[in-house]
Amino acid sequence: MSEGGLIRRSAAELAASIASGELSAVEVTQAHLDRIAEVDGEPQSGVHAFLHVDAEGALAAAAEVDAKRSAGAQLGPLAGVPLALKDVITTSDMPTTAGSKILENWQPPYDATITKRLRDAGIVVLGKTNMDEFAMGSSTENSAFGPTRNPWDLSRIPGGSGGGSSAALAAYEAPLAIGTDTGGSIRQPAAVTGTVGVKPTYGGVSRYGIIACASSLDQAGPCARTVLDAALLHSVIAGHDPLDSTSIDQPVPDVVGAARRGADGDLSGLRVGVVKELGGEGYQAGVEARFNDAVAQLSKMGAEVVEVSCPHFSYGLAAYYLILPSEVSSNLARFDAMRFGLRVGDDGTHSAEEVMNLTRGTGFGAEAKRRIMLGTYALSSGYYDAYYGQAQKVRTLIARDFEAAFSQVDVLVSPTTPTTAFPIGEKVDDPLAMYKNDLCTIPSNLAGNASASFPCGLADEDGLPVGLHVMAPVLADDRLYRVGAAIEQAFAGAWGGTLLNQAPELTPTATRAKVIS
Amino acid sequence: MPSISREEVAHLARLARMDLAPDELDHLAGQLDQILGAVTQVAEVAADDIPPTSHPLPVTNVFREDQPRPSLTPQEALAGAPAAEAGKFRVPRILGEEQ
Repeated sequence: MSEGGLIRRSAAELAASIASGELSAVEVTQAHLDRIAEVDGEPQSGVHAFLHVDAEGALAAAAEVDAKRSAGAQLGPLAGVPLALKDVITTSDMPTTAGSKILENWQPPYDATITKRLRDAGIVVLGKTNMDEFAMGSSTENSAFGPTRNPWDLSRIPGGSGGGSSAALAAYEAPLAIGTDTGGSIRQPAAVTGTVGVKPTYGGVSRYGIIACASSLDQAGPCARTVLDAALLHSVIAGHDPLDSTSIDQPVPDVVGAARRGADGDLSGLRVGVVKELGGEGYQAGVEARFNDAVAQLSKMGAEVVEVSCPHFSYGLAAYYLILPSEVSSNLARFDAMRFGLRVGDDGTHSAEEVMNLTRGTGFGAEAKRRIMLGTYALSSGYYDAYYGQAQKVRTLIARDFEAAFSQVDVLVSPTTPTTAFPIGEKVDDPLAMYKNDLCTIPSNLAGNASASFPCGLADEDGLPVGLHVMAPVLADDRLYRVGAAIEQAFAGAWGGTLLNQAPELTPTATRAKVIS
Repeated sequence: MPSISREEVAHLARLARMDLAPDELDHLAGQLDQILGAVTQVAEVAADDIPPTSHPLPVTNVFREDQPRPSLTPQEALAGAPAAEAGKFRVPRILGEEQ
């Protein structure tokens, strides 16, 4: 098989070929490293999905899988498959920057629980992916190391904050990736790149070793090109972790079984609610058209579709932009220039406090500063009850909206994002316009329930991908996969496989190939 | 409600231990005002009898047995330090000259 064919295969197919001996894990890893060298390039020209590529480490991990197989060991369902890891997750053998200059070249002393589980499953970590600084943004333009570009159109954003992970999938640089979702950072990038992204129930995947953005909202999850691949990855990383006190001590829903069941295309008995408040004014026509097609398809497969009202969702954005900055201002206080990371002005003339001020003023980018300032304001004495306290009450109202809706239906649906991928630079200094990208995804972060984005076609006006957003109750993550797999198989005929098959071919970048350490 | 002056922004920057350039102060004053204007609508909805939410499941404090277990070695903990000396973090002076 040609290398071009190999990199387009799903993770499940690659794992099966590795397990059967048709392909070696080293061969598969090398093909993806070659692809990265060919298209990833520099921020000015290439996809720039990766901040760091560890070719040597990846090939060594792959060789280990091959050796185990030769020795007759039973391999896990994703053993030998390469993965792109968001640079907010600590790795003891690679730098972890969270997209920030304040952590440039920082080498964590330990692996996150996710990293450890990936390694234990024989998954090959290719490198670390680009992101908005400390996961704050919807476009990956807030990275201190330059933007990532959308493989569908290199002049456009790949979503954010996990734009590196989504772009790596869409550019066939990796068949699997990990993202983190605080307000939509897995689902919005998936939507605008035509890939699959799942935010599990809050507490479903350990946060140990994830650099915190907003602790009560952050949730890591799987990113992939197919629904089954996402489910397989979900079951590798999910489950209770004593190192994270917010981790849920209950069995992981059978997401792989649900993905397989959904692929038979029969949704009879499933009740689907279309959220009335998530559509209409401000939504691009092509996004609404593809969303309506997807809903019609769900009906055709036997689902019973009704309209549902969630009246407090309209307050979600406001509550989110109080809770998130408040928690950010507290979490980012750890970057004090004393114990790790950047230190500026330590020349004998400045006090510790002055060094702290200089370092934070130099090391944080514009969006991080904006949110630290907002949070400092919202938490300052006299304002706490009116802002953070009030916003936490809105969370309760949103959770009650979900509860009422899920007493009538099994899942809720909406578009994932109001628009398709916008041009790089368009919203960079208009925070309110940028924040509106997460209008549909934020309610699930506030209530903590499971949600996902699945490709549902291309908008007529610009030919760019549109995502179907599916929301399920707390701990019912499996329902997302059933619906996602059903939609995927229903459209496979029209798309000739996954939606990504319609993406333009990427040409090798004009600049020199990426330097691989 | 909010109308944030440049002086207030400078005060917040001091609280956040973050040096901001004069043009950053000007720029942020306008933006913070705009953002806070948009988020104050949370005050419209929630009544006093609504409890706050921070986790989707009812979790309370999680404890473990108070027993020693392996942790980072001093060398590992200091490996990422901007400056270290004699097995400790080395930091700039904390007290002023006059103290």
